[in-house]
Amino acid sequence: MFIHLKDVSYTYNLNMPFETVALKSINLKINKGEFIGVIGHTGCGKTTLLQLLNGLLEPTEGKVLVDNIDIHQNKQKLREVRKKIGLAFQYPENQFFEETIAKEIAFGPKNMGIAGEELEQRIKKGIEMVGLDYYAYKDRSPFSLSGGEMRRIAIASILAIDPEILILDEPTASLDPQSCSKLLSVITDLYLKYQRTVIMVSHNMEIIAELAKRIVVMEKGGIVMDDTPKNIFQHSLRKLESIGLSLPPVTHTMYELKKIGKPVSSAILTVEEAKDEILKLIRKRERNEIY
Amino acid sequence: MKFIRNLTIGQYIYQDSIIHKLDPRVKILLSISLIITIFLVKSWSGFFIIGIYLFTNIFLAKVNPKFVLRGIKPLLMIIILTLLIHFFITPGEVIYRIWILNITLEGIQRGTFIAIRLFLLILSTSWLTLTTSPISLTDGIEKILSFLKIFKIPAHEIAMMMTIALRFIPTLMEETEKIIKAQIARGADFESGNFIKRIQNFLPIIIPLFINAFHRADELAIAMEARCYRGGEGRTHYRTLLINNTDYVFIIITMLVLVVSCVQGI
Repeated sequence: MFIHLKDVSYTYNLNMPFETVALKSINLKINKGEFIGVIGHTGCGKTTLLQLLNGLLEPTEGKVLVDNIDIHQNKQKLREVRKKIGLAFQYPENQFFEETIAKEIAFGPKNMGIAGEELEQRIKKGIEMVGLDYYAYKDRSPFSLSGGEMRRIAIASILAIDPEILILDEPTASLDPQSCSKLLSVITDLYLKYQRTVIMVSHNMEIIAELAKRIVVMEKGGIVMDDTPKNIFQHSLRKLESIGLSLPPVTHTMYELKKIGKPVSSAILTVEEAKDEILKLIRKRERNEIY
Repeated sequence: MKFIRNLTIGQYIYQDSIIHKLDPRVKILLSISLIITIFLVKSWSGFFIIGIYLFTNIFLAKVNPKFVLRGIKPLLMIIILTLLIHFFITPGEVIYRIWILNITLEGIQRGTFIAIRLFLLILSTSWLTLTTSPISLTDGIEKILSFLKIFKIPAHEIAMMMTIALRFIPTLMEETEKIIKAQIARGADFESGNFIKRIQNFLPIIIPLFINAFHRADELAIAMEARCYRGGEGRTHYRTLLINNTDYVFIIITMLVLVVSCVQGI
């Protein structure tokens, strides 16, 4: 076990006229090496959940345990946890403040007490992990970059802290399709090549279906489903729709094909799988097995 | 992070009450006269009357008094400091000695008097902002200042700037909190270190905040131009301000209270 949320509730503006309950007794276990996608409607408490995971918010009730130790025990523990769990907020490039990319990325590791040769190594590794060239970028201003590059540098600034777990809040929000697919391959690399645990929030079902190995569905401050993508998108269509979430476009297409009587599986999550399934269908027709 | 959330000065709380429905011009002018009166009052009984008046107001506005008092919290240090300074520096009959410092009877009286004055001042301004929405507040200011147009002072533009500034306070606060959190997630520490170190620590918050604010200002200006905003000339209002009977009654009662509290002790 790695992270464990135990009966965690969180209320904003506690004891104020605008008190709002964001999370209600959440129980969640996150293990090392997982790729978790968090989905849910706007305002269902996803961002609050992410902030609880690395100790930015202290739960109003319940406990956040990392390796069985309460992270709010003392400040020392909290800093340790933040070293291990990196969090990139939505639009992380809004936090840029340095003159050069190298300095920007150095901010995190420097705060963690890293200096000299190792600091440079960390910066280099961070930039390379997001698929950019260290020497071409290190002396440029972070504000001179394109939107997609900015996003990747912002994520690199988190990666330079060398966290074991990476939490991403809507990493692809308002990126053009090309930057989006580049960023997604970076995230896939983090999971497969660099063996990081990834927790990602997204509104894009296609992305979640393709990347995540486990999906947590949230509604009104609670977790309503927690399963593999196949199980969630295949068996819980009605429930997803009642929450106001949709299926990934390919899965939806297969559903429609099935509805009009074509013998296809609806447990399809990626374009690749859909292609195979449809090809199978065409071949069957060529062999006159069906009409 | 916590200091932001405790800041209730200038916050508006919506309630359906007589006080909320009063004309903003009336409320603004009356709180200004209230503030002037609080400076003029020379007697305890005068303060007592104003105190009762203010608390009745807050009660009528249906705003939780606990919430009103919470707004005083950030200024409590200033009140206590004034209280203590007056204790020690006012000459008069010594009633207690600490080392070389003398506490005088006159000092206690004067200090308490000033502290109550400060307390009432805060109360009368937060009463205004708690019960008047920022939009009607600036509408009121615009109307009050409109006579300045004779002297070529752009009352509308001033009011528009105020509206925008007020409108962006919560947005900027939210953003500050977000940036603080993001930098904490990157290991920033805002709580330890000496004075200079602490100021340096604020750069990673202030620079992104300014950059984002400039972006926002630029976008807002373009959006306003796209909707043909050209300043105050010939511009009409969606909500027209009207002074009705409730307002007149309120003005008369307030004026009576102010005159009586001023006359007390003369």
